[in-house]
Amino acid sequence: MSTLAIHNGRVIDPALGQDGIADVVIVDGRIARVGPNEGDMVIEADRIDATGLVVAPGFVDLQVHLREPGAEHQETIATGTAAAARGGFTTVCAMPGTQPPIDSRAAVESVLREAEASASVRVLPLGTISANRAGELLAPAGELAGAGVVALTDDGQAVADPNLMRHALQYSTRFGLPIAQHPEDPALVEGGQMHEGWVATRLGLRGRPASGEATMVARDIALAELVGAHLHVCGISTAGSVALIRAARERGAHVTASVTPHHLTLTHERVAFGESYEEIRYDSSAKVFPPLREEADIDALVDAVRDGVIEAITTNHSPVSGMEKDIEFDLAAPGISGLETAFGLTMRLVEEGRITLPTLIERLTVGPARAWNLDRRPGFEGLGTLAPGAVGDVALLDPTSEWIVEPERFASLGRNTPLAGERLRGRVIATVVDGVVVHETNAVAAL
Amino acid sequence: MTIDTTSNVEVTDTTDQNTLAAPELPEGGWRHQDLLDLDTCSRAEIEAVLTLADRMREILDRRIPRVPALRGYTIVNLFYEPSTRTRVSFELAGKVLGADVISVSADTSSVVKGESLIDTVRTLRAMRADAIVMRHSMAGAPYLASQHTDASIINAGDGSHAHPTQALLDLYTMRRAVGDLTGKKVVMVGDISHSRVARSGLWGLAAMGANVVVCGPPTLLPFGLRASDRPGHAESALPPVSIETEIDKAIEGADVVIALRLQSERQEGGLLPSLHEYAAHYQVTAERLARANPDHLLMHPGPKNEGIEIASDVASGSHSIIEDQVTNGVAVRMALLYLLSGRVEPEEVVAEASS
Repeated sequence: MSTLAIHNGRVIDPALGQDGIADVVIVDGRIARVGPNEGDMVIEADRIDATGLVVAPGFVDLQVHLREPGAEHQETIATGTAAAARGGFTTVCAMPGTQPPIDSRAAVESVLREAEASASVRVLPLGTISANRAGELLAPAGELAGAGVVALTDDGQAVADPNLMRHALQYSTRFGLPIAQHPEDPALVEGGQMHEGWVATRLGLRGRPASGEATMVARDIALAELVGAHLHVCGISTAGSVALIRAARERGAHVTASVTPHHLTLTHERVAFGESYEEIRYDSSAKVFPPLREEADIDALVDAVRDGVIEAITTNHSPVSGMEKDIEFDLAAPGISGLETAFGLTMRLVEEGRITLPTLIERLTVGPARAWNLDRRPGFEGLGTLAPGAVGDVALLDPTSEWIVEPERFASLGRNTPLAGERLRGRVIATVVDGVVVHETNAVAAL
Repeated sequence: MTIDTTSNVEVTDTTDQNTLAAPELPEGGWRHQDLLDLDTCSRAEIEAVLTLADRMREILDRRIPRVPALRGYTIVNLFYEPSTRTRVSFELAGKVLGADVISVSADTSSVVKGESLIDTVRTLRAMRADAIVMRHSMAGAPYLASQHTDASIINAGDGSHAHPTQALLDLYTMRRAVGDLTGKKVVMVGDISHSRVARSGLWGLAAMGANVVVCGPPTLLPFGLRASDRPGHAESALPPVSIETEIDKAIEGADVVIALRLQSERQEGGLLPSLHEYAAHYQVTAERLARANPDHLLMHPGPKNEGIEIASDVASGSHSIIEDQVTNGVAVRMALLYLLSGRVEPEEVVAEASS
């Protein structure tokens, strides 16, 4: 019997409404007890002193590009999950837009095999909506569900054909799989490099209009309501999307949504400007799809995170190589390597008093887990919580610790971040998966 | 210009007599190693280029237009997009100043994408290129280049973003014709969205104090030009400009009208119903110019589509200074190359150009 006792931390478990000093005891990989130190701690236990730290359920990320198979120069399951562990993430859903795409049992099994061999955290595979991710024919949802995928998505390429999308939604209901959609209409954003607005005008770059997201989200909500399916909108970025999703949920539609840390904190100005408006740059590290938007969008997104219309914060971790960013802006690959900065970046919202720490933790844990019913899947009941019997996944956080983002020290192979050199406040001190410490900084003191 | 062939023999050593005097620099000097756009140039700096261009223009108008001011200076024209007039203009500007000029046509589709642009620029610098004149179909490419070399990068047009030497030559041409541009009404008509000439022109005209009106069909006007579209942001983020979609209103009382080239792909891209319809609503015609200031000037950055954005009769009419623009382009580029070369120290000045 192996036991891990995390001692004297501020335990925040939004699912249980808990926020107070307590011990967390994990026995054989499962949460055994959360409560006051009763002095009868198992003597054989490994112990972590969490005094002064926050103890939260391990984070759950619904949208992570691990790039394996096919693009191992960008990331591997080993490096991507090591990055996840550093970011406090104990469960990551692996996006299926790999080479080849994850559209068959064999492909799912290859991901699970590699995860078994090399992953630091739990990897839940996603499957594609369309065969070969080509947007033409349905992928075999039943076969994929049987192989263990937890949702279907065509990754960064939204399903353009409305009939295919309708049928994907309809068919998925048989297998209880959410259909997760990138929120931009490919035709409206084609060739666009950044948010359509005054910054794109100044830079002479082709824009991706906010309405390119609204039209897609509106269409997909209508289709999901038509067939009674579960639509998940990945990484929304606009106030318009928030309004559509809010209204749909008020009607009772089964629509869930997520947002990235960068869309909650950075605007399109980040692409062009540093200190002043006098000089411009073309910062491809801030090139991401959907693009960084405007302050008003951030306001709406933060409101939706606060009130739960957006239940999940997901990183859309998209590691790419330096070579793929250090080229002409139009040619640069979109994406931000986000796992290792997610907590520190979203802590800005807490620092600014816009959301509370328990709400932030909720959107990183039980929010995403319940959005996709991951907490009810056999084998990891209670995922995203510290309920007795739940998987023993814990993140130890120091919300006040400051650090400088140094991409060259990332565990991820993707050093593509617009935050290089920036000071973040809020650090993941240790990460525990199934009762085993998979990441710890020097700040962790063993008792 | 008439060429007096008989006198050529007698002036074989003209080049040695005629070197440039130091230009009049703005307070604080010429601060730029590169010219990427005019957004970072002050009025004084633009004035310095234009004043120096006057002297360059004198040299150009000589029987043997050649001075050794940039002898030993190497300029590479690196063109990722085809261009005749801009490339030739830079070649001539460099040669008149005695520089070594090499033109390279690079093809973005044939090179391996990836680090090719950075590699190319570094390679050229390793071969001791002093200045790289770059034309590229993608916005921002010269900015990327400038981050990876200490050679001077001159933007000769990057995508829909900027074309600062065209803007400078337009300013120079306007100033020669109408003097101080402060308070003058300058109207640009056409595809503002995709026009690098318009973008750089707006910065330059704003710096010189002109009142600028842009006019075009709504599908060809960029987003966010109105200050009200960027609430809470510094005014300086984009140049001040008025927007007018009706050409007759735009041209009313104009001192300068600039017709922009319309690319036929705008129609193919669904932004316009037809070229015919464009011409009906936005062609600069004599009838429409009748609303302008009687002494107005008509300009076009070229190459013109006569009968589409500009009527043939006005393009070659008495108000047109389109050909001056071309000649002035060489003079302005000479001035710019000279300033960027840093060869403006007094000890390098041998004699006044007009000697």
